[in-house]
Amino acid sequence: MGTRNYRRKTSHSESGPGDGGRTGSWRVERPVVDRSICIPARRGKEACFICWLFCPEIVVSRTIPPTIDLEYCKGCGICAEECPTKAITMVDEASFADEDKE
Amino acid sequence: MSAKSTILSLPREEYVHPGTRACSGCGLAIAYRVGLKALGEDTMLVVPPSCLTVLQGLFPVAATKLPCLNVTFASTAAAATGIIAALKTQGNDHTTVAAWAGDGGTSDIGLQALSGAAERGDNFIYFCYDNEGYMNTGVQRSGTTPAGAITANTPFRGKPQQKKDVPAIMAAHHLSYVATCSAAYPLDLYDKVKNCLQYPGAKYFHIHIPCPPGWGYEPRHGIRIGRLAVETGYFDLYEIINGKLTLTAASEKLLEKRKLVPVREYFRAQSRFKVLTDEQIEEIQKQIDEKWEGYYSMG
Amino acid sequence: MHIIENGNVAAAMGIRLCRATVIAAYPITPQTPLTEKLSEYIDSGQMKAEYIPVESEHSAMAVCIAAASAGARVSTATSANGLLYMHEQVQWASGARLPIVMCVVNRAVGAPWNIWNDQQDSISQRDTGWMQLYCADHQQIIDTVIKAYWIAEKSSIPVMVCYDGYILSHTYMPFELPDQDKVDLFLPPFRPDYALSTTEPANLNTVTLPDTRVDVHGELAHGYMEIRYLLQEDLRNSLGIIAQAQERFSDIFGRGADPYLEPYLCEDARYVALGMGSLTYQLRVCVDALRAEGIKVGVMGLRVYRPFPDEALAAALKGKKGVIVFEKALSYGYEGALASDLKAALYEWLAGTGALPRVRGFIAGIGGRDIRTAELTSTLREAILDKTPAGPSWIGLNL
Repeated sequence: MGTRNYRRKTSHSESGPGDGGRTGSWRVERPVVDRSICIPARRGKEACFICWLFCPEIVVSRTIPPTIDLEYCKGCGICAEECPTKAITMVDEASFADEDKE
Repeated sequence: MSAKSTILSLPREEYVHPGTRACSGCGLAIAYRVGLKALGEDTMLVVPPSCLTVLQGLFPVAATKLPCLNVTFASTAAAATGIIAALKTQGNDHTTVAAWAGDGGTSDIGLQALSGAAERGDNFIYFCYDNEGYMNTGVQRSGTTPAGAITANTPFRGKPQQKKDVPAIMAAHHLSYVATCSAAYPLDLYDKVKNCLQYPGAKYFHIHIPCPPGWGYEPRHGIRIGRLAVETGYFDLYEIINGKLTLTAASEKLLEKRKLVPVREYFRAQSRFKVLTDEQIEEIQKQIDEKWEGYYSMG
Repeated sequence: MHIIENGNVAAAMGIRLCRATVIAAYPITPQTPLTEKLSEYIDSGQMKAEYIPVESEHSAMAVCIAAASAGARVSTATSANGLLYMHEQVQWASGARLPIVMCVVNRAVGAPWNIWNDQQDSISQRDTGWMQLYCADHQQIIDTVIKAYWIAEKSSIPVMVCYDGYILSHTYMPFELPDQDKVDLFLPPFRPDYALSTTEPANLNTVTLPDTRVDVHGELAHGYMEIRYLLQEDLRNSLGIIAQAQERFSDIFGRGADPYLEPYLCEDARYVALGMGSLTYQLRVCVDALRAEGIKVGVMGLRVYRPFPDEALAAALKGKKGVIVFEKALSYGYEGALASDLKAALYEWLAGTGALPRVRGFIAGIGGRDIRTAELTSTLREAILDKTPAGPSWIGLNL
């Protein structure tokens, strides 16, 4: 490429995740999905996905059931607050400390 | 408006990467994500200094997957004009040009350029994301900060002046399309973006954006507070198409229900309004009730 | 084809010949006839371009920046307070490495209001990273506009083409109107190294950190300091590009010699007067008068102010006894901008060689104050004879 290529002479950014680093480290609590309550999980088909809709970080997957990308989840709790069946609970990060070490 | 979208009908494609520098629970992140879904891949963005500048990424990493031009604070709408002009000379009349500016960059420093672009009839969409203050630089007051709000510039007595009604200013430019939206109603936002594309000239969107650090609430309550703003009749969701105003989504439902949630619930949920007295809130409730009497009589 | 037209029209013709496709401008005296001519060309279909009637100069440059970022060849023009109003954008354009060509019709700056000619407007922008080319007559105006596009696009650096308000913009002179075919040969269509693209998306000019940082490919990207350094490096290297442009221009149009300097009777001169713009031609009258008195003096017109052609100037002035600088602007709080820059260049190349000329600077014509040739001549004579009276070195001051 060479350091004097035009794109190197300008502030030219290409897209990729994690501009803010591993934003999962911001969390003090993480969302946990109870599959026995979560509507798409129970029905086994596409439904609800309100958590997917409102996630500001786009870390909730539109899958059955939805999963959380903990690398980037900031633990805002909007998914838990908006879930119509209260299938998501925000759990203190401290309780996962040992788990994460493994 | 054409067919209403549902969560399941929304496109899956994402145009923003996770792991941005946006605050935890950022309302803009929600609106921006859905807005881009509606705009699609054939879009070029213009962004002035604002929360979005940071959300979009610091060099050399971009969180947005779409082409974007960062510009100076006052020049957002003029830059959009410039891109449109260049595309036109290249025979490109299909790429959408969309500007995303904050309330400060729209109602204060950016108003002149926006008015110029509106008057010129330049064919682009201008999104003002209104978190009611200069949040990126630390919660300073802007033209759209509501009266009574505590900000870094109005730390004890709250902002004395009223919130500037920017949608009304833009409607006065005789634009073919003006809309108000909210991060709490993303499907309404999606449908309005899709709907506006058929109209010529500049299209203006004013999106109400709950902001956890700026407004003073727990991040998890962002959507609830955004909803309260609408359900209290304080912030109304509407389209003004060729001069005709129509309420939409939850605001439209209020027309039928004829029952507004007391606005004190909205104010008391945010610490920035803690110096609003009961008398002041009563006064605001009266103004809201009067406004809605007007809506009811519109038929 | 030889025609007689005013300086503003000469500039507009140059822009039309260069096939600029996006013009954004805001009216300000004495630039207005230039943009009005462009509007005529575009409205009548003679020029295929978009004319954007912006609501301010700040927006004019914003439109140019955005359109150039999207791959269009753009132009704007302004004067004085209009240029000052767009200062933020002027800095932006060079940092964004965009080949914008702007005509600056030199006019005095407020406060107080003054619509007549001096060069304070463009001189106040000398640190912005733009190239600055100065014209002394209408042929130079139209030729320089054409060269400016080639230089700007080759170096990815914006260029200001400066000429005196009223003295050149509104007066009529004969000049050769270049053939469209020859201009097309000299200046091919604009092919940017990168333009906003939906197929190769990028985020341009976002916040750039003090330190270097790894990009999405895992490679270390430049930091702000490197990006800014490369602008400076390329500006200095564009002295070479300017020379190349002149060579190509001379080949195709048969006009022009030195890319940086326009000397008159300087070869055997012991003293040289130095200036930029129309003043240098007025100084030729003074030089002729003093030569008749037996004084060996010449006058050098400086065509390129930024990048500053320090080496070329030092080589041309080496061994001269004195250089007398006349200029229509200054760096307030110190002295004339050109005089300062010249002293620095001469010191850099000639200090200690014994061939370092003495430099004297004079300010003239501020706010359009008439520069009487007789006064100019006597000032030059006194300076050469070391008989300059004490007091301000401003010619024509009436305190």
